[in-house]
Amino acid sequence: MQIDAVIDEETVLQVENVSVYYGAFPALRGVYLEIPKNKITALIGPSGCGKSTLLRCLNRLNDFILGARVEGRVRFGGMNLYDKSVDPVEVRRRIGMVFQVPNPFPKSIYENIAYGARINGYQGNVDELVEIALKDAALWDEVKDKLKNSGLSLSGGQQQRLCIARALAIEPEVLLMDEPCSALDPISTGRIEELMHELKQKYTIVIVTHNIQQAARISSYTAFFSTDESRTGQMVEFGPTTRIFGQANDPRTRDYVEGRFG
Amino acid sequence: MSKVGHSERWKPKRSLSRWSERAIKFIFGAFALISIATTLGIILSLVFETIEFFQEVPIGRFLTDTEWTPLFANPKYGIFVLISATFLTSVIALLVAIPVGLMTAIYLSEHASQQTRRYLKPALEVLAGVPTVVYGYFALLFVTPILQIVIPGLEVFNALSAGLIMGIAILPTVASLSEDAIYAVPQSLRQGAYALGATKQETIQNVVLPAALSGIVASVILAIARAVGETMIVTIAAGQNPRLTLDPRLSVQTMTAFIVQVSLGDAPTASLEYKTIFAVGMTLFLITLILNMVSFWFVNRFREKYD
Ligand SMILES: Nc1ncnc2c1ncn2[C@@H]1O[C@H](COP(=O)(O)OP(=O)(O)OP(=O)(O)O)[C@@H](O)[C@H]1O
Ligand SMILES: [Mg+2]
Repeated sequence: MQIDAVIDEETVLQVENVSVYYGAFPALRGVYLEIPKNKITALIGPSGCGKSTLLRCLNRLNDFILGARVEGRVRFGGMNLYDKSVDPVEVRRRIGMVFQVPNPFPKSIYENIAYGARINGYQGNVDELVEIALKDAALWDEVKDKLKNSGLSLSGGQQQRLCIARALAIEPEVLLMDEPCSALDPISTGRIEELMHELKQKYTIVIVTHNIQQAARISSYTAFFSTDESRTGQMVEFGPTTRIFGQANDPRTRDYVEGRFG
Repeated sequence: MSKVGHSERWKPKRSLSRWSERAIKFIFGAFALISIATTLGIILSLVFETIEFFQEVPIGRFLTDTEWTPLFANPKYGIFVLISATFLTSVIALLVAIPVGLMTAIYLSEHASQQTRRYLKPALEVLAGVPTVVYGYFALLFVTPILQIVIPGLEVFNALSAGLIMGIAILPTVASLSEDAIYAVPQSLRQGAYALGATKQETIQNVVLPAALSGIVASVILAIARAVGETMIVTIAAGQNPRLTLDPRLSVQTMTAFIVQVSLGDAPTASLEYKTIFAVGMTLFLITLILNMVSFWFVNRFREKYD
């Protein structure tokens, strides 16, 4: 495994020797990874290699999966997310997530965004917050006249941007995105990619994608995952995107990014 | 691959399908018609007998009399006497069934382990299968004597224990149907809420329950309809004593219990007594219909669709 020391970068998340088991099945073994601040880090690799699993480790969403067990440490601002004293609810407020399939609440567009603010005790003006979040997610112009409509009345691409806005509204420090464009057409995808470029000024983004060109286009760092003979996932290589796509060390990485699967 | 080769390899056996499809459509249509026709028939017979009833008893007296004594020499027909009893027992039953049923449903789908759920849900459905006559005698012979120890003035037949046990009887309906609705809320919605820093409690309250609302309301409506129409338990445990009261300690007669009473006697077909049960039946039918319409309106107005 080749891991470039994350050269001269401030990192916000440090994944240390993380393994994940679903029951007795080891889905992911021994991952070390550092997520640089205000950068986009892409997680790529074949289906079933544990990308979503790792992403869920970063905001403790694995807690809700029956039989899932996480070993190792994930450091975030000096604390270990898996420490007994850590409140996972607080972790999830600071580390937001956008899912592969858009999942707006069956509530109004406005309510979709205001909800997170409300439960987290936001003290400012909620109307303003909704507007800023929708603008940040490049959705404001399309929905500003119909904030009372159901979030489900939007198109798939708009729903996904609504979910991004919803995640941004609680001002997370890190944004996790699990294949956010997989259900979208090229135009919506382009929109969201542009959006991510804007967002990295303010946020640290970790994105899982099956679209290798997308990873190359938008990310600064790339981690490549693969599975061994027993289908257990592992991280093969991590480094600046230019190096992973230009001169990867591991032949598996080279095959993958050049589109030769094996 | 030539065209001929292709048609040789794909030969769907559907030569009969056009006819069989028509036949199937016809058969299913016929059965649907049977159930609609039956319903219509019931309503028509209710309507005709009810009209005849009101030719003899003015509707004003039906709605304003404060006594219900159709079998007396000097009969009085104050339907609100019976309605008050139905209302009283139903409210008591719903006060038990709705909160307990809903909490059971939430516990089963959101908190219980897979293991617990596997045993508890069938157990609940067994409870739903107990014949109501058993519940009736349970209320009369077991619950009432115990309640009499703590509640002074509780009559042997009373609305309270009939209502309580009726609540237990319809609780599984509420729990089971609500649980289905809550369980059906997509996992992705819950995850969306958790990812925003919602606690489990907040997720259930603000996301899961609103999304399941139409199913929950449907279960509550069904519970109300069952409570209003429930016959055995109230006949056995609440008594045959028509009086206009909302005191749950007293013996009362519900609309259904009255119908049983007259049906068991031998009222001649054309007699006024006989027509009385249709007038009461019609009232029951109208009450249920109104409840259904209200719930239909409510569900359409407030439902949060998630698909
Ligand atoms: N809830 C679960 N219960 C049991 N096993 C699971 C669960 N989720 C994932 N797995 C297993 O863990 C492994 C990794 O799954 P994961 O979803 O993380 O893969 P992935 O890299 O995200 O794949 P994809 O690219 O197809 O989304 C797979 O073998 C999968 O079968
Ligand atoms: Mg995945």
